[in-house]
Amino acid sequence: MHIDKLEKFWIWLTTITAFAATGVLGFYALHLNIHPPSNVETIDSSRLHLSKEFNENNLGVKKNADGSVTVTLVAARYGFFPSHIKVPANTPVKLRIASPDVLHGFHVPGLNFATMVIPGYVSEVHAKFPKTGEFFLLCNEFCGLGHDHMWSKLTVTNK
Amino acid sequence: MEKMHGKNLILANMWVAFTFFMVAILLGVFQVLSRAGYVPGLQIPELYFGSVSTHGVIMGFVLTTFAIMGFGYFAAVNSLKMNIPHKWFGWTGFIIALTGTLMAASMLLSGQASVMYTFYPPLKAHPLFYAGAALLVVGSWFWAFHMIWMMNKWKKENPGETVPILMFGTVANAILWLFTSLGVTLEILFLLLPWSLGWIETVDVGLGRTLFSWTLHAIVYFWLIPAYLVLYAIVPKEAGGKLFCDEMARISLIMLMVISVPIGMHHLYMDPFQAAGWKLVHMVGTLLVALPTLFTGFTVLAGLEIAGRLAGGRGPFGWFFAVPWGKPVVLAGMLSLLMLTFGGFGGLVNASYSLNALVHNTQWITGHFHLIFAGTSIIMYFAFAYYMWPKVTGKELFSTKIALWQLWLWFIGMLTLTLPWHYLGMLGQPRRISSSPYPEVVREGWALQELGMFIGGVILMVSAVLFIYNLLRTHGNTISVAPAFNNVECLNPAARMPALLNGFGFWTVLIFFYLIVGYGYPVLQFFLMETHGVEPWGI
Repeated sequence: MHIDKLEKFWIWLTTITAFAATGVLGFYALHLNIHPPSNVETIDSSRLHLSKEFNENNLGVKKNADGSVTVTLVAARYGFFPSHIKVPANTPVKLRIASPDVLHGFHVPGLNFATMVIPGYVSEVHAKFPKTGEFFLLCNEFCGLGHDHMWSKLTVTNK
Repeated sequence: MEKMHGKNLILANMWVAFTFFMVAILLGVFQVLSRAGYVPGLQIPELYFGSVSTHGVIMGFVLTTFAIMGFGYFAAVNSLKMNIPHKWFGWTGFIIALTGTLMAASMLLSGQASVMYTFYPPLKAHPLFYAGAALLVVGSWFWAFHMIWMMNKWKKENPGETVPILMFGTVANAILWLFTSLGVTLEILFLLLPWSLGWIETVDVGLGRTLFSWTLHAIVYFWLIPAYLVLYAIVPKEAGGKLFCDEMARISLIMLMVISVPIGMHHLYMDPFQAAGWKLVHMVGTLLVALPTLFTGFTVLAGLEIAGRLAGGRGPFGWFFAVPWGKPVVLAGMLSLLMLTFGGFGGLVNASYSLNALVHNTQWITGHFHLIFAGTSIIMYFAFAYYMWPKVTGKELFSTKIALWQLWLWFIGMLTLTLPWHYLGMLGQPRRISSSPYPEVVREGWALQELGMFIGGVILMVSAVLFIYNLLRTHGNTISVAPAFNNVECLNPAARMPALLNGFGFWTVLIFFYLIVGYGYPVLQFFLMETHGVEPWGI
């Protein structure tokens, strides 16, 4: 088999680059513990309103004993409930969110805070907001004819 | 006038592809108009989401599958210089695929299947839509087996000979398709179809999405490999050059075939039902599959440089200007590589396990796959059509000038459309919205980009119309040409091609095991844990 010298050089160069990229991303993941939402936790979406965690009275922002914050949300046609949440800056936030109907998802322009919301499963996202201000959760997964109107408010306040 | 063997089968496939393509283009223009909001009366969610679903299914499943089948029959007949054995077998596949397409299209156009190209359970479409999609895939399997059959027959009749690269790649693509299309077929047959018929009450959305992801990445390579094959086997030849290295081309094609199937989980990074470790494993594969593409870029540019130097080009860059850019297929090759470069950079962002959170489901993604698919791949489908139409029909191309204009317009239109989309994605615009009724502060900076998107969409429509016009007029052309086709020559032809680079037995077994490693447990887990299915929802 004949592979040209120049081409061999190119093969080495690109292969090393690909492995270097894998190394960097692997470092972020394994050492700095940055992962996408991957909690693999099931829930019966048709009985969400009867569940302990996602019933109407338990939704919203709660302070934990260790100073961190837990946010419990429901994403349903066509809003995030409660529709306005306030969280403190520079504080570990754990968001738990579930859907009683179809697929949803959200991202927040200006922040890397995002997940998909899949009926039958709970999504858990960990975040820490570095700056205060008004932000918006936009539904980013087609969920029905009112999809465009599905967004809500996130206020990051001083600690 | 000499008639090419298999003419009707090739042209029937091609015309189905390009007729539906034209429908989808018009829908695309409607969509950019709706999103930009220039005609408020046109912002009707029912219409928009029906249109997006139809546009996606046609471009992704119909245009591609039929064009690739036509391409495959052309490649087999010409590169192997043999007739199609049992042509009825190919026609059977064609008719099954066309029946499926018409079933799915009627449901899409009547608004009963506005569930997007990725099916989106628990949104439910009409059962005929799912059945139609499954038939389209099953029809294409006839083609895939036909390709494998023809290559094996040729090898038996020509022992020790090297399978021409055009056919070798076509069979690699057929095998890739058989493996990758299995995911979506399983999802339709065991989940969506019985569920939409009411035979089962609920589906596990996590399982459905996992199965679709199995198809969702490698299908992109199914679309892309014919474009690469034109770059390998036709562009250097037409430019007056040679294929730089036959062995490397084969290694790249085999890498694409083996690596691209079990990496689809990068579409599920933001989904909660798969564990982090599996996503990380799939990311490694995703980054590795960039390698054969980088090798392809090298080989193709080297082939063009050979052409330029043979034509008298001197110096480090002089050869570039000696390449015959006036040939549509050569020009398209260069434009395709440029779009691949832009799109490839974006793809590395999407592939990144952690960075993906910033762009997931934003308009960035739409920009990315339009560059890679509608740009890189489809411009080569155009180029291939310009190349093969005269050979198949025996009539000269109606206008080379219009063809060159059309390719430039497609390139310019695609960049005008997709660069603003990337930017909008970074600003946070979601994909798949029919309008943007958000607070002013969210929409800041969007308007100018949306204007770009609209202009890009219109340029692309003009380009598409020129393309169809040129092909139609070619059928009526009175100037005859001979259907001669010659396989590309290699700079250093291998005296004897190693068996591993001249067949697929070993590689097929390897894909099978890699697929079990990559998708075995992620699929099995849904049967091991207690999951809750979901009942169907309308839109």
